[in-house]
Amino acid sequence: MKVLLKGGRVIDPSRRIDGAQDVILEDGRVAQVGAKLSPRGADVIEARGLVVCPGFIDLHAHLREPGREDRETIATGTRAAAAGGFTAVCAMPNTEPVNDNSGITRFILDQARAEGAVRVHPIGAITRGSRGEELAEYGDLKDAGCVAVSDDGRPVESARVMRRALEYARAFDLPVVDHCEEPALSERAAMNEGPVATLLGLRGTPAAAEAMVVERDVLLAELTGGRLHVAHLSTAGAADAVRRGKARGVRVSAEVTPHHLLLTDQAVKDSDYDASTKMNPPLRSEADRRAVLEALRDGTIDAIATDHAPHTIDDKQVEYEEAAFGVVGLETAVGLGLDRLVAPGLLSLPQLVALFSSGPARVLGLPGGTLAPGSPADVTILDLTRRRKVDPTRFHSKGRNTPFTGWTLKGAAVMTIVGGRVVWQDRR
Amino acid sequence: MTGYPHRHLLGIERLQPSEIAAILDTADGLREILDRPIKKVPALRGKTVVNLFYEPSTRTRASFEVAEKVLSADSLSVAAAASSVQKGETLLDTARNLEAMNPDMIVIRHSAAGAPHLLARHCRAAIVNAGDGAHEHPTQALLDALTLRQRKGRLEGLRVAIVGDLLHSRVARSNLWLLSKMGARLVLCAPPTLVPPGLEAFAPVTHRIDEAVEGADAVMMLRIQRERMTGGFYPSDREYHLRFGLTEARVKRAKKDVVILHPGPMNRGVEIASEVADGPYSVILDQVTNGVAVRMAVLLLLLGGGAEG
Repeated sequence: MKVLLKGGRVIDPSRRIDGAQDVILEDGRVAQVGAKLSPRGADVIEARGLVVCPGFIDLHAHLREPGREDRETIATGTRAAAAGGFTAVCAMPNTEPVNDNSGITRFILDQARAEGAVRVHPIGAITRGSRGEELAEYGDLKDAGCVAVSDDGRPVESARVMRRALEYARAFDLPVVDHCEEPALSERAAMNEGPVATLLGLRGTPAAAEAMVVERDVLLAELTGGRLHVAHLSTAGAADAVRRGKARGVRVSAEVTPHHLLLTDQAVKDSDYDASTKMNPPLRSEADRRAVLEALRDGTIDAIATDHAPHTIDDKQVEYEEAAFGVVGLETAVGLGLDRLVAPGLLSLPQLVALFSSGPARVLGLPGGTLAPGSPADVTILDLTRRRKVDPTRFHSKGRNTPFTGWTLKGAAVMTIVGGRVVWQDRR
Repeated sequence: MTGYPHRHLLGIERLQPSEIAAILDTADGLREILDRPIKKVPALRGKTVVNLFYEPSTRTRASFEVAEKVLSADSLSVAAAASSVQKGETLLDTARNLEAMNPDMIVIRHSAAGAPHLLARHCRAAIVNAGDGAHEHPTQALLDALTLRQRKGRLEGLRVAIVGDLLHSRVARSNLWLLSKMGARLVLCAPPTLVPPGLEAFAPVTHRIDEAVEGADAVMMLRIQRERMTGGFYPSDREYHLRFGLTEARVKRAKKDVVILHPGPMNRGVEIASEVADGPYSVILDQVTNGVAVRMAVLLLLLGGGAEG
């Protein structure tokens, strides 16, 4: 099967391409990128006026299956991904049971093959049951298809365990993804510690609780030579720790979410305690938000990831401090990036594309993230003029918990191609 | 009835000074009813009020109940800890069930900040916040203000020290809003472990109680909330009392006609010495009476009752 993407603006940051080009996809691979390619034998997709990018990859999504299929399934989560312009998602391991063994990994991949709309890259657990005690079997996890290890929402509390994980994972070249948070400082916290939490009377977690664990982990990565990836970085101190680590040559990378780039803890107050503003790490101060944005612009941060965390209405429609942590993100991330980061000139369009494609691919060593001939035929096509209003009732995800309801976003993914096959489109 | 344009009373933060004054004026006018031989007026006849209390409370709940009875509202108190909550029912389900009985108002006390806001989003009834976690306790601040205004004739320009557990106190937050909106000069005092970030935007913060009390027209003591504390905010009650407790010697630094307020219940010998609590400058029992008057005013203003009787 052969497809010609004709007349679009091709942006492939992995090869510094930005210009009017055609792309030919054949037998699941990128065959050719060039000017005025022959349509012979190909289905032609007209891309004039559109932007053709390497398929977007989300490093951080909670697909909830197995165990919490009431919140999301691999089928619904990957449909949400496709509709949001993602051709691949990394599935975090906080399923029930935890993805800490090859059996669960294989189940996830089987489900993805049977029902998934996009590629699924499972992330295994750092420790058995994500209890922070004994290491999981990384060799098995890697062979079964895991691309990294993480204890997900549960920070690795013990420096000794984190050290061993970074060391041992080297044998399999697996990055260790940590949710960096000192639990003793964030006990029972519902939001960021600061003036807003004070006025709301909510218990907060200080920015330092994140930064100190990032500092620790960077030092441990330096000590061990392991690969550290900092999940959903949200504070100035954490950005600074990663920046200094990179300058010293430590193998560290980091991701940031759209909500931490665009919202602050003031949103909790403005929403009158609406739990769709509750996630972990929490929305931070304006100073943190600006510092994280700066770290994104200067290359300290490698990728934008959604931390897509679907919940049921019952999980959220309760007292703020009782509500579950997390927001959905797969169907809003690209629009938010185009409308709120590129349009105001905070990032160039190629920068944004890189943060969604070559950046995440490099961080976890994933296939894709490029349109180099021979790479997987995964393509995301953007329409920079398309306006969409965020309407959770129209999400493909089972989760409706977004803080962006009602935002009108200009710019959207309008076609998602995985392995040369159109898995989702919204053409006019 | 004019001067209070809101449907609910969720906190002091969003009230205008004129609206606060309207509640206080109304309460002043209603207080006289409590001294009558027959303490009942028909103002809210036919109105139904549910008091939904998720936290134990003696004073506040009794005060609301008396206010409701004096105004002839039909009221019902639900101690939620002893009802369906233990069966695992959500706050919203409980509220919806109560709503099906068509109350005009729900008065809610809850340990979670923002619980009244959740109800306000989903219920038709007027919602009155009777204390939500460490967020606000608006009727307490109103009764404190009424008491101060009666004693001092004004709020503007008064020097008021707020001393004690600022971190966990909803009373402190409501009073910060109210007194600063009404032009009082505040000073805050607590050990640094009990001062949450951001308070310095309202008023100077000191860790020396002598400094806070110096020249004060009023000292508002806050209860040490042991039940909300997870470990080690201060080393011992003994040291707390020695360094941060209000003693007679310290009261002498204040103005001669200083008044001492405490929202209760008091930890005698910790934040306040008994001699002070029971002393001549203590208006703690006045606060209780004014509490009924303020709650009558809130009921009347929100439920838009007819004549004041």
